[in-house]
Amino acid sequence: MIDHILSILIFFPVVAALFGAMIQKDSIRAYGIAVSAIEFALSLWLWFAFDGYSSGMQFMESIPLIPAFGINYTLGVDGISIFIIILSTFVTLIGIASLGEMKNIKNMIITLLVLQMTMTGVFAALDAIIFYVFWELSLVPMLYIIGAWGGPLRIYASIKFFLYTFTGSLVMLVGMLFMAYFYNQATGEWSFAILDWYRLILPENFQLWLFAAFFLGFAIKVPMFPFHTWLPYAHGQAPTIGSVILAAILLKMGTYAFIRFSLPLFPDASVFFMYPIAVLAIIMVIYTAMVAFAQKDIKQVIAYSSVSHMGIIIIGTFALNVEGVSGSIFLMLGHGVVAGALFFLVGVIYDRRHTKIMSEFGGLAHSMPRYATIFGIMMMASVGMPLTINFVGEFLSLLGFFKQSQILALLAGVGIIVGAIYMLASYKKLFFGEITNDENKNLPDVNKRELLALIPLTFLAIWLGIYPKPILDPINTSVESIVQLMHDKAQSAEAKARIPAPLSEITIPKSSIEEAH
Amino acid sequence: MLEPVNVSLESLNLMTLAPMLIPVVGALLILVMDTIKGGLDKSLYVVISMLFILMDLAALSNASNVFSVAGTMMGVFDVMLIDGLAILSQFIIVGASLLFIPLSLTNKSFHESSHPEFFALFLFMMSGFQFMVATDNLILIFVGLETGSLALYTLIALHNRDKSFEAAVKYFTMGALAAGFFSFGSMVFYALTGSVEINQIATVLAANNYADMGYVLVGTVFMLASLGFKVSLVPFHTWTPDVYEGASSPMAGYMSIVPKIAGFIVTMRLFEFLIHSHVMWLEVILYAVVVVTMTAANMWALVQTDVKRMLAYSSISHAGFVMAAVMIGTTQANTALFLYWILFSFTNLGSFSMLWMSRQKNLPDGQENDHSYSKFAGMIKTSPFGAVLMTLFMLSLAGVPPFALFWGKLYMIGSAVSAGYTVLALIMALNSAIAGYYYLKLVVYMLMKEPVDANNNGEVYTSNATLAIKTITGIAVVGTIFAFVAINPLLEFITAFVYNSGY
Repeated sequence: MIDHILSILIFFPVVAALFGAMIQKDSIRAYGIAVSAIEFALSLWLWFAFDGYSSGMQFMESIPLIPAFGINYTLGVDGISIFIIILSTFVTLIGIASLGEMKNIKNMIITLLVLQMTMTGVFAALDAIIFYVFWELSLVPMLYIIGAWGGPLRIYASIKFFLYTFTGSLVMLVGMLFMAYFYNQATGEWSFAILDWYRLILPENFQLWLFAAFFLGFAIKVPMFPFHTWLPYAHGQAPTIGSVILAAILLKMGTYAFIRFSLPLFPDASVFFMYPIAVLAIIMVIYTAMVAFAQKDIKQVIAYSSVSHMGIIIIGTFALNVEGVSGSIFLMLGHGVVAGALFFLVGVIYDRRHTKIMSEFGGLAHSMPRYATIFGIMMMASVGMPLTINFVGEFLSLLGFFKQSQILALLAGVGIIVGAIYMLASYKKLFFGEITNDENKNLPDVNKRELLALIPLTFLAIWLGIYPKPILDPINTSVESIVQLMHDKAQSAEAKARIPAPLSEITIPKSSIEEAH
Repeated sequence: MLEPVNVSLESLNLMTLAPMLIPVVGALLILVMDTIKGGLDKSLYVVISMLFILMDLAALSNASNVFSVAGTMMGVFDVMLIDGLAILSQFIIVGASLLFIPLSLTNKSFHESSHPEFFALFLFMMSGFQFMVATDNLILIFVGLETGSLALYTLIALHNRDKSFEAAVKYFTMGALAAGFFSFGSMVFYALTGSVEINQIATVLAANNYADMGYVLVGTVFMLASLGFKVSLVPFHTWTPDVYEGASSPMAGYMSIVPKIAGFIVTMRLFEFLIHSHVMWLEVILYAVVVVTMTAANMWALVQTDVKRMLAYSSISHAGFVMAAVMIGTTQANTALFLYWILFSFTNLGSFSMLWMSRQKNLPDGQENDHSYSKFAGMIKTSPFGAVLMTLFMLSLAGVPPFALFWGKLYMIGSAVSAGYTVLALIMALNSAIAGYYYLKLVVYMLMKEPVDANNNGEVYTSNATLAIKTITGIAVVGTIFAFVAINPLLEFITAFVYNSGY
């Protein structure tokens, strides 16, 4: 069974969702929790069986799907993807467990289970077309979640979300077809397997164009400045659960794809575009932090701060060295935990007051002390306090980029300081001072169901801040081999210099290539 | 003194006619039965038609077996040409007919299917389109085209709505114009080369190195216009939305598949040699037509308020997409054309049969058309299963993986990439994104809006449903979801057939 654990992880939730259609409405919540708990347990089992010292792909499965065109159902995980998969099952579990009262809860739970399938699929896929299938399919449940349970502008927001991402991915699809075509030209066979593509060394001008095509698909998903305009709408209108999953997992697809596709496939182009992308990312960090400061709606503050943090992840990724890339992957996990928790927290007061405007609140620390404490911890984690989860990732990302350019790393550091300003200011508006609005006097504090979601997230945010090693080590192992691969594939002298070889003894990771065949 | 004509029956190879003659026999039988005893129920005629279509399918399988052993066959004074294209396209024509004819078994009785002539005409039409694809003789193509089209005009007019009559007349007028263009174009090619056989025309033109370029241009333009009417390329598409709106949903769905594949085969046969002649202006014309057809039709589809008109514009856009394959002209592209069209057939079959299920006998007061978007508002609340199915078909049309049409688009764009048409590939991809919007519009109405009519209890969505229609929809659903299983065998089969016919 462990050999097919990835397929089980992908298809168990969707099979369960189909059966879920038969279940009576009042019992569906328990069913959803049970299914997502099994899914989470399976993902933990995957971690337990995972060999953290091996850099190659593990639990590989391959079934020919369309061999005539080189499309195979190939799955596998390495240190880069495994923790994001676990995070996704975890977030789905606590998301379903803490789901508030809403209309059509049955449809919501079924949709969440389908969404779980697509998320696991994206991170486990090792064939570009399979990756693309799950990548696109993930839009549909999210479209429904935003469009059916969202705020007043939900239809506009959901369509904007869908079309933006859909357009970018179609350009990426053309890029993928080009990659397959080049592979066909080089070897005479069609293949969409990512591990096959890793062996392909492309001329630099082709790399630049392909990098641009993939970049469009990924950058819209992340979302990078200037493609970020769909995200505040989506977050602003989405129900709490939608925002949580969007921020915690779906945005990570873009940054993950940069590491899985762009860096190892196009090392020369990555070096070529390193500075332009870093500049975009720094604009994204500072500009969206300033926009966040100007928001009146607490959910928008968190949405923009989410974009701002994604900027740091991009900077870490494009540091193109082991520290930066590992840091960015760790920050993806950290951001998933922290942003997810913050959106949960906003959902808590929204459920009570049905408003998210900060001026309506003030002095909440008096009426909701537990809530204020958790919010405080998460806010500290969000601004990257040492001993919280985001600190590790942000530090490593910036350290990595510092080796490429001190000035840009410094500017990105400024962005983090701006981040601290607006988060603290929002915290002050919400929690400190006297209670001015009578409605806030008797607000009930967080209840058990909400604590069920918030306590584990808080625990993770602190534990992984203090002791990141069990997660950081496997990530490091896999990242080293990716960076080594990039170094070996790089053709120009500049690229060789910019991408230091972490494992000078070992050449291209043979194990992963052999396992692919 | 004239020599007595002496032809052995053997050399005529009459078996090549079998797939076309079977529906003709069926049609005649239906007419005879009606003469002997009138007033028989439509279910009888549906089943008889299906039996003959199945026999036709068997004859086709036989022909395809012969083809895979012996290669291209000629017959009947070398007028019939049974090559891979002819067999593949006949499979699509016959298969689609088999799936569309049971849609006449409706819950409510409609004017058209109460006449046995409906079924006779349907079979005649099939036979006409089969003739059209199984020859490279321009005269026989013309005969097949007109047999099929005239029957189709009548079939549309049989539907009892004011708009149907208008649609039929409109289609007839445009069709007559197209027929005129076709004969004029053929005349020019005949004058140039002294032959009406496409391969002869190609040989003669190549031999004198396209000396009379002006005349070739005139002939090509007339042919393009004529075939453009048939496969609804912009700017010859104007009839499409009105005719689809006027025709019953099964006929509209049928029209979006069968006459078009026949048109594409003729286009492919005719333009294959013209494309490979490397005449620059020809490629420019086709390129422009393809891009304009895809893009403009998408723009018009965005602003429609009726689902059927939206699907009409969408089918124009899909035709443009497929026309790109004809322009690219590689084996991979031609394979993609067939693959795309097979997958498109399943998806369109599903979406039009869903519309047909929700067809009311009479239009309610104050409602202008049968299938306005607002009719589907809030469908998920009253009829969740139906809403999910319709969503599925819309997503497939939009090209969301892993549903059927995605694989067609993938292979089609892949063929453009392999042939070096990078810009075209990008245009195709971006057009799919534009198309996403209007398909999504219906999804938004179904899943996210509140029902317009508070009394709507969901019955309207299945008011016309019978077991037969539900079964057909079920087949379409299975075809749409599980297409990925069938892609590989289909690809291998189609590639072999297309390659062995020299395209």
